[in-house]
Amino acid sequence: MLQLSREELLQAYRRMKTIREFEERLHVEFGNGEFPGFVHLYAGEEASAVGVCQQLKEDVDYIASTHRGHGHSIAKGCDVDAMMLEIFGKQGGLCKGKGGSMHIADLDKGMMGANGIVGGGPPLVCGAALSAKHLKTGGVAIAFVGDGGSNQGTTFEAMNLAAVWKLPAIFIFENNGYAESTASSWSVASGDIAKRADAFGMPGKIVNGHDFFAVYEAAKEAIDRAREGEGPSLLEFKLNRYYGHFEGDAQTYRGKDEVKRLRQEKDCLKLFRSRVTETQLLDERQFAEIDDEVTGLIENAVMKAKAAPYPTAAELHTDVYVSY
Amino acid sequence: MSDTLKAVVMPKWGLAMSEGMLAKWHIAEGAEIKSGQEICDIETSKIANAMESSVTGRVLRRVAQEGTTLPVGALIAVVGEGTTTSGDVDAFINRFEQEFATAAKESSAEEAGSQTIDVGGRKINYLKLGDAAGVPIILVHGFGADLNTWMFNQPQLAQTHTVYAFDLPGHGQSDKLVAEGTVAEFAKATAGFMDALQVARAHLVGQSLGGAIVLQLAAGHPEKVASLTLISSAGLGPDINMPYVEAFIGATGRRDLKPELEKLFADPQLVSRDMINDVLKYKRMDGVDKVLRTIAAGAFAGGKQSAVLREQLAAAKAPVQVIFGAQDQIIPAKHAEGLGGNVKVRIIPQASHMPHMEAAGEVNRLIAELAKP
Amino acid sequence: MARKLSFRNAVNEALALEMERDSRVIVMGEDVSGGTGSPGETDAWGGPFGVTKGLSKRFPDQVLDTPISESGFIGAAVGAAASGLRPVAELMFVDFMGVCFDQIFNQAAKFRYMFGGKATTPVVIRCMIGGGYRAAAQHSQILYSVFTHIPGLKCAVPSSPYEAKGLLIQAIREDDPVMFFEHKMLYDVEEEVPEGAYTIPFGEANLLREGKDVTIVALGRMVMLAMQAADALAKDKITCDVIDPRTTSPLDVDTILDSVENTGRLVVVDESHPRCSMATDIAALVAQEAFDALKAPIQMVTAPHTPVPFSPALEDLYLPSADKISAAVRKIRQKAAA
Repeated sequence: MLQLSREELLQAYRRMKTIREFEERLHVEFGNGEFPGFVHLYAGEEASAVGVCQQLKEDVDYIASTHRGHGHSIAKGCDVDAMMLEIFGKQGGLCKGKGGSMHIADLDKGMMGANGIVGGGPPLVCGAALSAKHLKTGGVAIAFVGDGGSNQGTTFEAMNLAAVWKLPAIFIFENNGYAESTASSWSVASGDIAKRADAFGMPGKIVNGHDFFAVYEAAKEAIDRAREGEGPSLLEFKLNRYYGHFEGDAQTYRGKDEVKRLRQEKDCLKLFRSRVTETQLLDERQFAEIDDEVTGLIENAVMKAKAAPYPTAAELHTDVYVSY
Repeated sequence: MSDTLKAVVMPKWGLAMSEGMLAKWHIAEGAEIKSGQEICDIETSKIANAMESSVTGRVLRRVAQEGTTLPVGALIAVVGEGTTTSGDVDAFINRFEQEFATAAKESSAEEAGSQTIDVGGRKINYLKLGDAAGVPIILVHGFGADLNTWMFNQPQLAQTHTVYAFDLPGHGQSDKLVAEGTVAEFAKATAGFMDALQVARAHLVGQSLGGAIVLQLAAGHPEKVASLTLISSAGLGPDINMPYVEAFIGATGRRDLKPELEKLFADPQLVSRDMINDVLKYKRMDGVDKVLRTIAAGAFAGGKQSAVLREQLAAAKAPVQVIFGAQDQIIPAKHAEGLGGNVKVRIIPQASHMPHMEAAGEVNRLIAELAKP
Repeated sequence: MARKLSFRNAVNEALALEMERDSRVIVMGEDVSGGTGSPGETDAWGGPFGVTKGLSKRFPDQVLDTPISESGFIGAAVGAAASGLRPVAELMFVDFMGVCFDQIFNQAAKFRYMFGGKATTPVVIRCMIGGGYRAAAQHSQILYSVFTHIPGLKCAVPSSPYEAKGLLIQAIREDDPVMFFEHKMLYDVEEEVPEGAYTIPFGEANLLREGKDVTIVALGRMVMLAMQAADALAKDKITCDVIDPRTTSPLDVDTILDSVENTGRLVVVDESHPRCSMATDIAALVAQEAFDALKAPIQMVTAPHTPVPFSPALEDLYLPSADKISAAVRKIRQKAAA
């Protein structure tokens, strides 16, 4: 924690809070029928996206995300207004309203996309890491994968390939306990995903994913290793999501008061605030200011998204090819 | 007896031609024909054209039927004297076909092919036909073309002369390197080509841009030039069909290119599928687009010909002739007017920009006449 | 004179020229070099048919062997394309699409649209297609129609060495993902191929032969058979347009329609199975756009609705042939005459 400046701490908090507010608000707006589609919320997992992405460079470092991609997108620097417009399917959306929640991407920011296919990202990340290695950019590429995606063959193939080619790639498994409605304690045969690192000849580590600082430290080690040309690493973040697999999931598979307890005891934002205020690096007033600022930001984004027009009919046919 | 009989055979028009279809006879059996007379239409995948007889006499037998496809060199007619018996003709045909079959088996590999030579650091592709002693003929093609444009001329002229046709820099199979794209640059390259071949003096024939090139060469090196034949020539006036030049450069597919190539001929039917494909193959090569644009900027800046060489033409010591198609859509035939008394001018009514193809027989005779030893 | 080159070496030369021109062009796949990590030779294979032989020696940093992980390395090629390289990945046999299709049709094909026009994914995926090699059901399929169906992909099906070199260089320079289908029975076919780099634009059909009676549209190796059939038919004064679309996506519909307007008869030759194939696709396009020009029903010469059999006796029955094409042409000629 001590290696982070005040500015960096404030930025980390601002990003985590932005994700939280973004997701909480989407939960409400979706419930009110303000926008359609499949929406998978990241609330509860913010320390992971921000603890990792805060250390990445916008131009040379890439991430590939999952269907639960809003948090990674915000953490990697995607524009919040444009994301909101996108999720509402409106003109001016980050992907012109053609992708929606599951396909938010901004390659200019090194965000290779949320992905509707579980396990879709890890092979792509090998490619981005190969580009970095071949073009000698010094960049790293990071795949965020869920516990569900940890069981996909693509993920195994990508980890093997990354090790064989000694790529600057990192595989981060956000184990939130459920693949859709099925418990990872049942579906991951090895118990801990991190144990699989051994099988692919790379270091693997289990990290408390609620703890921003633990995430930051572990990611730093893996990123440094990748940048120094020592090859890929695996990190397993144990964490939790506050909402269902998708919005509309009744979550009958979860324990009684499970989420309530998690919010009280393991909330990454609360943990971050108390750790930082304990050391007197920042005080509550500064956090409160950020909270207000973020509330305004999200309110503004929602208002803009509601007011914006839908894409025109001509947009149906554009952006399929560069040229055809 | 049959010593007086002469074979008329399927011609070879261009390196790639291996067979041709006799589309239509223009003469009946028993007719008296003269050398140079059009006796039939031959179609190849590249082009259709009238074939001229190379012999004089009576047509004793039309061996090939209309619509049949025959290999190059196959017998299509027998010409001789009216007194020959039908049995003698049969015997001649039998003997010819036996010999042709044997020759075909033996000779498949020994065909004349193009060669390359280094000229000032650029690889130049050329084809030499004929081996007559005396001053040779050099054929210089135009913008965007290659040595195959002379397919109806080079073999005929090679009967009396050594004839060189070559691909200008940036064209055909020569290196795709052009610096300024000016007439002067190509004239220098042509002179360099002559030096590399150790040809001190030649009868120069140029078509379109090639005409301006040989004219420029003659102005700078009169000692190298025995005669000049300028066909649909650039360099005689300012006009050039710039929309054509630009459309030719811009065309990427057969649909764009075909209407442009049709402007080159009085009879647009002559533009065949293979001709279009050959031009497309050339235009698709890396560097060609740049070469063509460089030439367009160098030789036709601002939509006008940069090099007008009428004074140099008037001052030329060597005999000069100018041939135009009356229907030329690229460079107007009026550029042939008022060139002065020494210049022989021939305007061919049924031709556009390619009289050497559309009226090959006449153009060949004019070239041969001027180049007579 | 111009030198002759085999289809195999035409592909090899195209890859070499492009890797030389642009260091961002990389070739990757299973055994594209061969021998990586082994005690013996590297460049041991150059692919199972020797197509990439010699390239790893000339371009050691640009030719990458991969583990047998089609999803992994095809996905890596796609990701590399989206982040600055111009990879040419070899899937070996198109039949292996089953183990990596997601990376092609859900990822590569859709990036540009899903991401609102921000992504360019200049990846080429080379694969072998076709029967005749006695390679049986899992190594002999055609399948280009499956990829042609997907918006966002381009599909090239070269029919000769000249075509292969020009279309592959074009494919590598395209900014969209391209599937490149090489018929394995064409690898030893030779023809004149220019030495330098040249490109053949996508979406421009090749009219190989002109006639007035019937239009034959054929793809890949079928073009050669269609030309043989047209030669044979010409002896009986039946003349055909023979059209090679070159790319199935984009498809040059205009050239096909122009031809059918002239001939009034269409035979489509496609080594695929008969349903939902390029044959049915082209037949449907012509029926929609040129119905009034048709003088006889459209004929399709295709493989049957069966997997590709192993036994030579069965595979020969399975594959379209010049005789089958001739018979289809004669059938609609007679129909119109009757």
